[in-house]
Amino acid sequence: MAKVAIRFLLNGSEKAEFVESGTTLLDVLREKLADFSPKGGCLQGTCGACSVLVDGEIRLACLTLAETCEGCTIETAGGLAKDGVLHPLQIAFADGFATQCGFCTGGMIVASKALLDRNPAPSREDVIEAISGNVCRCTGYEPIIGAVLAAARANSTNKA
Amino acid sequence: MELRKTYFADERRDDLKEIGQSRPRSDAFGHVTARTAFFADRTFPGTLHLKMVRSPHHHARIRAIDTSEAERHPGVVRVLTAKDVPHNLYTVLSLIQVGPEDEHVLAEEKVRWKGEAVVAVLAETPRAAFEGVAKVRIDYEPLPAVLDMEAALAPGAPLVNERHGGNYYHYDSGSSRKVRLGDVEDGFRQADHILEQTYASAPIEHAPTETTGCIVVPEGNERFTCYTNTQAMFFTLDNASIILQMPGHKLHMVGGTVGGGFGGKVDVIVEPIAILGSKLTGRPVSFIYGREEEMQISSPRAAERIVLKDGVTRDGRIVARQVHCYVDAGAYSRHSPYGTQKGAAHFPGPYTIPNVSIDSFCVYTNRTPSSAMRGFGVTIGDFALEVQMDKLARLIGMDPIEFRLINAYRDGDLKAHRQPTEGAALIECMQEASRVTNWPIADRFFELSSRTRRD
Ligand code: FES
Ligand code: FES
Repeated sequence: MAKVAIRFLLNGSEKAEFVESGTTLLDVLREKLADFSPKGGCLQGTCGACSVLVDGEIRLACLTLAETCEGCTIETAGGLAKDGVLHPLQIAFADGFATQCGFCTGGMIVASKALLDRNPAPSREDVIEAISGNVCRCTGYEPIIGAVLAAARANSTNKA
Repeated sequence: MELRKTYFADERRDDLKEIGQSRPRSDAFGHVTARTAFFADRTFPGTLHLKMVRSPHHHARIRAIDTSEAERHPGVVRVLTAKDVPHNLYTVLSLIQVGPEDEHVLAEEKVRWKGEAVVAVLAETPRAAFEGVAKVRIDYEPLPAVLDMEAALAPGAPLVNERHGGNYYHYDSGSSRKVRLGDVEDGFRQADHILEQTYASAPIEHAPTETTGCIVVPEGNERFTCYTNTQAMFFTLDNASIILQMPGHKLHMVGGTVGGGFGGKVDVIVEPIAILGSKLTGRPVSFIYGREEEMQISSPRAAERIVLKDGVTRDGRIVARQVHCYVDAGAYSRHSPYGTQKGAAHFPGPYTIPNVSIDSFCVYTNRTPSSAMRGFGVTIGDFALEVQMDKLARLIGMDPIEFRLINAYRDGDLKAHRQPTEGAALIECMQEASRVTNWPIADRFFELSSRTRRD
């Protein structure tokens, strides 16, 4: 099968790879670039564990062909902490017991970041809608919803 | 949070201070930064991908298996069938004396449930492995299947598993695990009311977000490292050692954070065949369930049918309880004979009843083998028992909490399985529950204690 060259920005650093046409972004991130923060929970677009941001938009890496990301900016959960400083969502998830086994957590945080980036003061309903594509089998969701709202509040206090 | 000091004041130390405090999880930092390593978060050059050919029938004889086309398929490296497995027959709890071995790693002669593994295909890519799976030809002769416990126990029912005559597990106590206390028939004669009800549950899938799997790496010297998300490291080591006929020191099992288990990762299914694949090819092997496999193939909680017959007096004493519990093991034992036994010990619940008769049956059907899940053997029984308690209270016109308080076990009471009760706190829990929920109960029930003997 033909290989295609792709370049993109991953968490701020330039990446270039030759991949087989048809390879998913999830495979490229995990297998080629050793960014294991997106998880493969279903490989069929139903669990959200593979959620990443492509040019700021939430995307399921398991259903995204890597070659469609040419020239894009990609953010993953693994790149969210900057220089050891946690993102407010990460602090709120840890403080609010919004993580148990941790398998869904990266995807949850990425989906929540996509929300807060465009809506810094979301309602509870906005949060529920934003994480509706992400499955968590451990927490029962309430702590996650609470953590996202807490992170939004923390953000606004910091800015005030 | 208020800690009530009135209960067991003499037994309670004063320096305990953790309850009511929030402590950070030790793994939270790794989880929120997505640095926690799960078993699949590693790559090895040259890894082969294992995919299974599975039975499309609930019950069928295997007439012939033809793997030649699959073996020639581009990217397919090796195809495994039953004859490649050194000790193909196993049962996961054989090391704690739950026998006999009753399940094939790869099916031989027969398949007994829809989804049973028959042929393993190892290929360079997942895609080539799936294509190889599609090229395996198996000639089946479908057999009549039993998909229901009643049908399985009916005379003349098709035999699911030749090692379990009559389609039930043979305990040393016979066809069921039995508990007897007093004389249950005599108890029913003393009762003012008798209530018999049947409770049934369907299988329940754990559906962990991370699917079951492992990655095996050959380390030279015939030694293998197996990165696995098993919840049962030592069952995995022991069973792999038996199945592969390899000493345990050749098998290095590496566990770690499990992406949701809930009991669903206690069986030993993926590791032995992946290690065998690695051994026969000399390459790393990854065997990770797809989502469909996790939902359809991994063992669920067993379906149960529980028949409860209780005799109760007008003034609220349960004088007799008879339990017939049926646990659907599916086609193979796995953890179900053990779960069934746990159920037998758990009935009649946290209540002191003078006349008890319990029979718990572990039944084989042509369904997906069931196994462990959160309190298996007990959880469904508790559901049945507590619904029954509400119905009994209603039957005699009594408050459901008062009815439970009257029957609650107390220290020194003999349980049906002959262990005296120790450290009971049910009465105090219910007293506290009625307080915090403002559920009114008569004052005299606040005078009861787990520490005073019943008259
Ligand atoms: S792995 Fe992409 S949605 Fe589940
Ligand atoms: S924390 Fe386990 S799936 Fe969400």
